[in-house]
Amino acid sequence: MSPTPLAWYLGLSAVLFTVGVLGVLVRRNVIIIFMAIEIMLNAVNLAFVAFARSLGSMDGQVMVFFVMTVAAAEAAVGLAIILAIFRSRGTTNADELVSLKW
Amino acid sequence: MVSETSALRWMIALPAMGVFFHVFLGGRWPRAVTVVGPGLVAAAFGVAVTSALHLFRLAPGAALHDRVYTWIVAGPFRAEAALRLDALSAIMALVVTGVGFLIHVYSVGYMHGDRGFARFFAYLNLFMTAMLILVLADNLLLLFVGWEGVGLCSYLLIGFWYDKVENAAAGKKAFLVNRIGDAGFLLGLFLLVTTLGTHGVWTVEVTAIEQHLSLLAGARTVFGWPVPTVVCLLLLIGATGKSAQIPLYVWLPDAMAGPTPVSALIHAATMVTAGVYMIARLHALYALAPAALAVVATVGAATALLAGVIALAQTDIKRVLAYSTVSQLGFMFLGLGVGAPGAAVFHLVTHAFFKALLFLGAGSVIHGLGGEQDLERMGGLRRYMPITFWTMTIGTVAIAGVPPASGFFSKDEILHAAMAGPHALPALGVVGFVAAFLTAFYIGRLLFLTFLGECRAPEEVRHHVHESPAVMTVPLLVLALLALAGGVLPVPATLAPLFGQGEAGETPLAMLGLATALAVGGLALAYTLYVRLPGLPFLLAWRLGRAYTLVRDKFRVDELYDAAVVRPLFAVARVAAWPIDQGVIDGTVNGVALLVGATSGVARRLLTGNVQHYALSFLFGALLILGYYVLR
Repeated sequence: MSPTPLAWYLGLSAVLFTVGVLGVLVRRNVIIIFMAIEIMLNAVNLAFVAFARSLGSMDGQVMVFFVMTVAAAEAAVGLAIILAIFRSRGTTNADELVSLKW
Repeated sequence: MVSETSALRWMIALPAMGVFFHVFLGGRWPRAVTVVGPGLVAAAFGVAVTSALHLFRLAPGAALHDRVYTWIVAGPFRAEAALRLDALSAIMALVVTGVGFLIHVYSVGYMHGDRGFARFFAYLNLFMTAMLILVLADNLLLLFVGWEGVGLCSYLLIGFWYDKVENAAAGKKAFLVNRIGDAGFLLGLFLLVTTLGTHGVWTVEVTAIEQHLSLLAGARTVFGWPVPTVVCLLLLIGATGKSAQIPLYVWLPDAMAGPTPVSALIHAATMVTAGVYMIARLHALYALAPAALAVVATVGAATALLAGVIALAQTDIKRVLAYSTVSQLGFMFLGLGVGAPGAAVFHLVTHAFFKALLFLGAGSVIHGLGGEQDLERMGGLRRYMPITFWTMTIGTVAIAGVPPASGFFSKDEILHAAMAGPHALPALGVVGFVAAFLTAFYIGRLLFLTFLGECRAPEEVRHHVHESPAVMTVPLLVLALLALAGGVLPVPATLAPLFGQGEAGETPLAMLGLATALAVGGLALAYTLYVRLPGLPFLLAWRLGRAYTLVRDKFRVDELYDAAVVRPLFAVARVAAWPIDQGVIDGTVNGVALLVGATSGVARRLLTGNVQHYALSFLFGALLILGYYVLR
């Protein structure tokens, strides 16, 4: 069985990324938006790993570890912010969290 | 011959130290002010005397020079902060510090118990500082510093009792009228400096200017007028402002709103003579411009006559003296204009003595009557205030020009130069004689209305009339002595080497007789009208009708200026304030702001505050960049 071609991985990565982007743009619940961002990160991770394997280089895999670390930190901070917003505003609906405007 | 010294700066520094003392410690320590204020001026007088003695031991025409530091260097232009004491500035410095000291002493009594006692002495010492800078400056720029400084002090002291609106207004008027003159002075200075500068001589120093006068002689301005004449006329505008000559004399009578010692020191004895001093200092320049000299003489004679006439019908004792000052300054200008600066400075000196005396006497009267200034409510004060009466009598005799009092000698020299001097203008000399007669008459009227006849003061005032304390009468006595004997001072002889020209020589006996007759006649006429036949002046005034009212209203010059200058200026200012400033200028600024606001009002709709809208714009941005790299 020949190895899976690179294009498939990249196609999956693109689909996942698009799903994430659409989630960020169209969903109203901040937590869902947050999860959509995580999907985008993982889509990028997938692309990195696929390239690393295809090129026989470790660079992409190392980059993925960095992304995962940052994503973990970001998840902790992001969730804390969402929790704080929910406590003070009583909502997680992005359409209602619009006080930072002109 | 010029010898260097570093003593002159102390003459200026001593009163300047007084200013700081009064400002910072005077309020807390008013008793010290009474010592420090006059004391420092006495010290300055001491410096002036020693410096003058040093000077007069040197050869005639010598000078002391004190270079303090280099003040301005700009390219080839250079101005030193340097002082110069020659015969002219020595005489001025002695008069300023000497008379100034007496008036400081007098002020201790006059201003006793005033709320602004320390402030008064701070201003007075500041005035001495500025006046000495003016007198001692060896260049015209430093002279201008003093010139502005004395103007500032004049403003501050006229409006000294600033809680009364008319005092503040009088101060403002003096300041503004002087600004007009100062503008002329500055323009003249600029023209002088740039004209010399085109020949490579960048200087404002008086002696250097005198050395290079030949460069000016042929120079022409843009309109083809000779430069010396234009410079002299512009400087004359400055002098008419400071020395209260036609057309800028109107501020001086109003300046009487200040305390009386101020009127005596600044508005009679010293500051108002600055214009005379300046023209005398630049006599060599004026000698190049005979036309300008003729204008000086005409202005002087006209002012002497006009102010003398106005003084006839004033009833405020200080106003009579103010117009008298204007008139006497006119005499000095006449002297300058007919090529007798020595005689003009001589009259300046004697005038400083007798006019300071008359003002301080008037102040003593006002003090004794509890603030009354109206001649109609005085009279018969001789019994109550004998010292004031006798000293003022001496002042009267001196200003009227009765020999052997000082005014006789100086006025006679001016009139003689006008009639028979090297640049004589006999027509103006005749005007001078008429003005001399008027002088004797109005000053006699003042003396007799104040001290002789029936007392017209209200009963309750009459009870409190008293002679002034010794601190006020002693300066009166000293000034009376000076006013009486000042005529023997060899002022013209001292100045002769400086001005380098023959005075008119011995005055013929006939002219002396005429001058004496006019003086005595004026006084006698005043005596007849105001003591012997006290009803007659009213009858005359009634018969003269409108002519009398016109004179009493000072020829309505203030109203004329109001209509011709002040109101048009206000009208222009209103146009500038509303249609132009509010409409055009503010309109432009506000319009730009509105335009920016309107356009940004559209753009700011993009900032909705919704994170997803921003995310969408990220997406578009990312796609744009990506599209660029993919498609290029």
